[in-house]
Amino acid sequence: MEYAIEMIGITKTFPGVVANDNVTLKVAEQEVHALLGENGAGKSTLMSILFGAYNADSGTTRIHGKPVNIKDPNVATDLGIGMVHQHFKLVHNYSVTENIVLGMEPKTKLGLLNIGKAEKRVAELSKRYGLHVDPQALVEDITVSAQQRVEILKTLYRNANIIIFDEPTAVLTPQEIDELMEIIRRLRAEGKTIVLITHKLKEIKAVADRCTVLRRGKYIGTVDVETVSEQHLAEMMVGRAVQFEIEKNPPRIGEVVLSIKDLFVADHLGHMKVKDFSIEVHKGEIVGIAGIDGNGQTELLNGISGLSAVASGTIMLNGNDITHTTIRKRIELGLGHIPEDRQKHGLISDFTISENCVLKNYYKAPYSNKYGLLDEAKMIADADILIEEFDIRAGQGSQTTAGSLSGGNQQKTIVAREIHLSPHVLLVAQPTRGLDVGAIEYIRKRIIAERDKGRAILLISFELDEIMNLCDRIATISKGSIVGIFNQGEVTEREIGMMMAGSKKDGENP
Amino acid sequence: MKSVEKHESLTNRLLSSDGAVSVLVVLLGFLVGTILVAIVGKNPLNMYKAIFQSLSGYNIDNGKMNIRYIGETLNYAVPFILCGLSMAFAARAGLFNIGGEGQYIMGLTVAQVIGLLGPQVSGLHWILAILGAMIVGAFWGGIVGILKAKYEVSEVVSTIMLNYVALYLSRIICLQLPGATTYKTANFPETALLNNSLFQKLTNNSMLNNGFFLMIIALVVYWFIMEKTNLGFGLRATGFNKEAARCSGIPVVKSIAISMAIAGTFAGLAGGIVALGSFRYGRILSGMDNYGFNGIAVALVGNNTAFGTMLAGFLFGMLKNAQALMQGKQIPKEITFIIQGLIVVFIALRSAIAIYLAWRNKRQLQREVLTK
Amino acid sequence: MNTLFNMIPSVLMIVSPILITAVGGMICEKSGVVNIALEGLMGVGACAAASAHVLMEGAGLGTPSIWISLAIGASIGAIFSLIHAVAAINLNADQTISGTGINLLADGATIFVAQILFNADRTREFRMGMQTDALGIYPTAYIALTVVLLAWFILYKLPFGMHLRACGEHPHAADSVGINVKRIRYIAVLTSGLLAGLAGGCIVLTQTIQYTSNTINGRGFIALAAVSFGRWRPVGVTFAAFLFGTAQAFAIIANNFPALRVLPSEVFNMLPYIITLIALVAFSGKNYAPRANGKPYIKGAS
Repeated sequence: MEYAIEMIGITKTFPGVVANDNVTLKVAEQEVHALLGENGAGKSTLMSILFGAYNADSGTTRIHGKPVNIKDPNVATDLGIGMVHQHFKLVHNYSVTENIVLGMEPKTKLGLLNIGKAEKRVAELSKRYGLHVDPQALVEDITVSAQQRVEILKTLYRNANIIIFDEPTAVLTPQEIDELMEIIRRLRAEGKTIVLITHKLKEIKAVADRCTVLRRGKYIGTVDVETVSEQHLAEMMVGRAVQFEIEKNPPRIGEVVLSIKDLFVADHLGHMKVKDFSIEVHKGEIVGIAGIDGNGQTELLNGISGLSAVASGTIMLNGNDITHTTIRKRIELGLGHIPEDRQKHGLISDFTISENCVLKNYYKAPYSNKYGLLDEAKMIADADILIEEFDIRAGQGSQTTAGSLSGGNQQKTIVAREIHLSPHVLLVAQPTRGLDVGAIEYIRKRIIAERDKGRAILLISFELDEIMNLCDRIATISKGSIVGIFNQGEVTEREIGMMMAGSKKDGENP
Repeated sequence: MKSVEKHESLTNRLLSSDGAVSVLVVLLGFLVGTILVAIVGKNPLNMYKAIFQSLSGYNIDNGKMNIRYIGETLNYAVPFILCGLSMAFAARAGLFNIGGEGQYIMGLTVAQVIGLLGPQVSGLHWILAILGAMIVGAFWGGIVGILKAKYEVSEVVSTIMLNYVALYLSRIICLQLPGATTYKTANFPETALLNNSLFQKLTNNSMLNNGFFLMIIALVVYWFIMEKTNLGFGLRATGFNKEAARCSGIPVVKSIAISMAIAGTFAGLAGGIVALGSFRYGRILSGMDNYGFNGIAVALVGNNTAFGTMLAGFLFGMLKNAQALMQGKQIPKEITFIIQGLIVVFIALRSAIAIYLAWRNKRQLQREVLTK
Repeated sequence: MNTLFNMIPSVLMIVSPILITAVGGMICEKSGVVNIALEGLMGVGACAAASAHVLMEGAGLGTPSIWISLAIGASIGAIFSLIHAVAAINLNADQTISGTGINLLADGATIFVAQILFNADRTREFRMGMQTDALGIYPTAYIALTVVLLAWFILYKLPFGMHLRACGEHPHAADSVGINVKRIRYIAVLTSGLLAGLAGGCIVLTQTIQYTSNTINGRGFIALAAVSFGRWRPVGVTFAAFLFGTAQAFAIIANNFPALRVLPSEVFNMLPYIITLIALVAFSGKNYAPRANGKPYIKGAS
């Protein structure tokens, strides 16, 4: 076999962690090779080394058979390696063209920028590979999948023949994912070698030729995708048998606890992101909201939790109108919130676990007396109980700083705190993002347990599997409004995908 | 092998300790200052002799002891510590308060006004004046807090602007006071002064006064609010992560305004104490006293804690007291400003230490992994 | 109306140094580094220029001494800004603290130098500063104009400028296409130091006869406010500098209007700072700052 990429014996350490431990990767010419592993397995690190963003501590690399030393992205680019990043590296207020040619700008004879020439080249490439973009549009104004096409064009502009895709489907609808798979097949037909970093087994089966699996920094094996099952891939990835389906009892639904009517919420730039949104959540059920990032989910949660002001509409919690009340009042009335970004909104990294656990009620008894004095001993005692109950792994117990916990334990801390407050309604956003399989299972089980206790849960997630498995009722949000709402089992993934893109069930277009 | 490992972990521990880093930074500042003095041809030893004398009262050159120096050092320390608390309190809440100077000036001005125009009732007079200083300081700081919380105006620029406004406002007001000349007013009535006759006897007539006790009280209040009350809890949360605090229901806008107001109170108090404790008459300011600016360095060295600020404040008080002595020995007193500036710059490099530590840990890990 | 027309040279004299410094601050922040040390950098530039000029004047050098002094002021400003560059770019220091430290350091260092050279708290007075041209306008106005035009050209017409702006908006994106973020930020910080030093020299050679601790008096911070108020773009910054500079000039201009002479001079002294404050509140332009402003660039963390 002729290899486009050979990475042999690669080791890379960061402070406190061995990201890659003697890893070997061999990618054949003109194949689509998947790199599979959980969050933290080392896939991104390995590819960052290939792309020159990091330098390996030891090991050798060969490109098209020749030994190379890729010390920075310039060298990688010269060798024909291009990377389509997971978090796009695009300057928001530059145009599509400016982003594509940044660092390799065509110049006039006097050395000035020649944007006209650049735009022509971008149009040429766009046509040749079927990647439709508007060369003059500002990146911040185009859709996410268009931004991804710009990332791809960046690599093609630099004559890449090896293209690395880092978790490309996290931000796409099922239809856009299909389009991307087509693009990848077309690139392969044009002679490119593709490396696909992912943890999504379905996509590997759809488009990859072979797959290498990494686990906790170590190389596990390489398999032929056609002959291997998703189950086997999952076991290689996690190291044990994995349970795909979640067991749960049928819901015992009570009265309406959270009622949202005709809600309009704008984002911080003033654009209305939630439009005419209405939904009701009952005691004892999990209602899920499926949708692609950017369709108003963030603003919806901001409006309900109080982080953003509501433009119009009402929010009722157990008969109380909380549309314009303070955040603290909503919490006191029984609104719980497990936020999307645990480090930005959920926890204070510099505070200990015990301090984080009382963030929402430190000012009330039993943690504060009527003169405003804190009872630290009580805070610590209660935190110890929570650590025990939720199995939070923390080096110094309740005095561990939240910042030093792993992602899974941080999430458990937040979940523990919210549950301890016994809310009537629990808002849950992306609860399992960035967690390893063990933590994911635990959090999901916990959510179902709380639902069985009678809480009303509103779940927002970009992982369609999660929504379809966990929720009793599923609503789809597109462009700020609900496009359809169904009971679990009454709707297929394909139909949800179409609703996410805006069309109603049965193929109507809005 | 074992002894090398032990040595490494001691260095690691030293470098991760904030207190040790502060001491290190101060020593570094002095080192560079010493070199600078030597480079320009003066004798660094004279600088240290002056500092020693200001600290202990003992003059090495002629063997005489004058306890007044100790009193003056302690007296100078008071506004440094208070302005340090001002900066530190705001910093704990996530704000960079370089407006201590303006808050100090406003406090000083109001104290002078009440001192000259207030009711000459013993015991009541100076209390009113000090309270007035604190209230106006709170106001001057509170404006900054509201501008930041509601209008997102950077406190870095707004505080500087208010510093200058305060200076000129102070001049306009004080020039109207009884007996005003171009640089001073009439003398304060006895009832307005903070002087303490016991201190004066003990320290051979230094200006050490009741302000010293007020400072001690302020230190305790600072520590208590920050560490023991739920107000302090909310402020610290806001300072560490404003968004998470907000999401948890903590009223962030109010917290920012309150913390700036309290910060202003400390600085205003400093101004009042200097006005009525160290001087017998009001002053028409022609420039800034710089206690506010130096408070920044004091808080940074003290790592925003009550105890650290106290120690750092004494250090700076000692340096200031040594200035006149240094000048007498041909050493430009500005060397103390340079040392303070260097200390602040070096403190900013605290994060460099984190980088260094991370690098060391990584090398350690690499060595372990590659020798497996 | 005639008096208003006659005020133009004075206004230009006061606006020019603020504008030069503001352009430097704009370049620095557009590359992603916050530089609040502009005040101190202007100070060291002014002190260096004043000292150099009075010494050269005494040695009988004549007119070239002015231009050499300006160059020296600019160079010293650049060298001093190296401290901030190393701290902010290589050592990931808190840029606000580092900038404050440099201001304190500059305060001390300038008077220290004056003490060593002239045995006083200020530089020795020189006899002849910069001369105006036939219109009564100082050359500093033309220098300021050149600086603005040059900055605009480089930032928006040359590849280097495009790279610099990318470093301030999304340094990871710039790094991923092979742009050396650290190198560009170094250049930006040193440029801001050079321009601030130059501006300091301009102040001392056109508005006064020596350097004292009151020479700069907050103008570095006013320049900083002009960058923010001007939304980090050359046209806006120029407008802002004119607005704030005119407020400053008012103190001098007020003497021409009998009605205003009644007010104490301190009212006019306060004016530029109050106007700056009001402008910042009324037009809080936080959304316009370069996105990566003030954050140390750490490779790989994204």
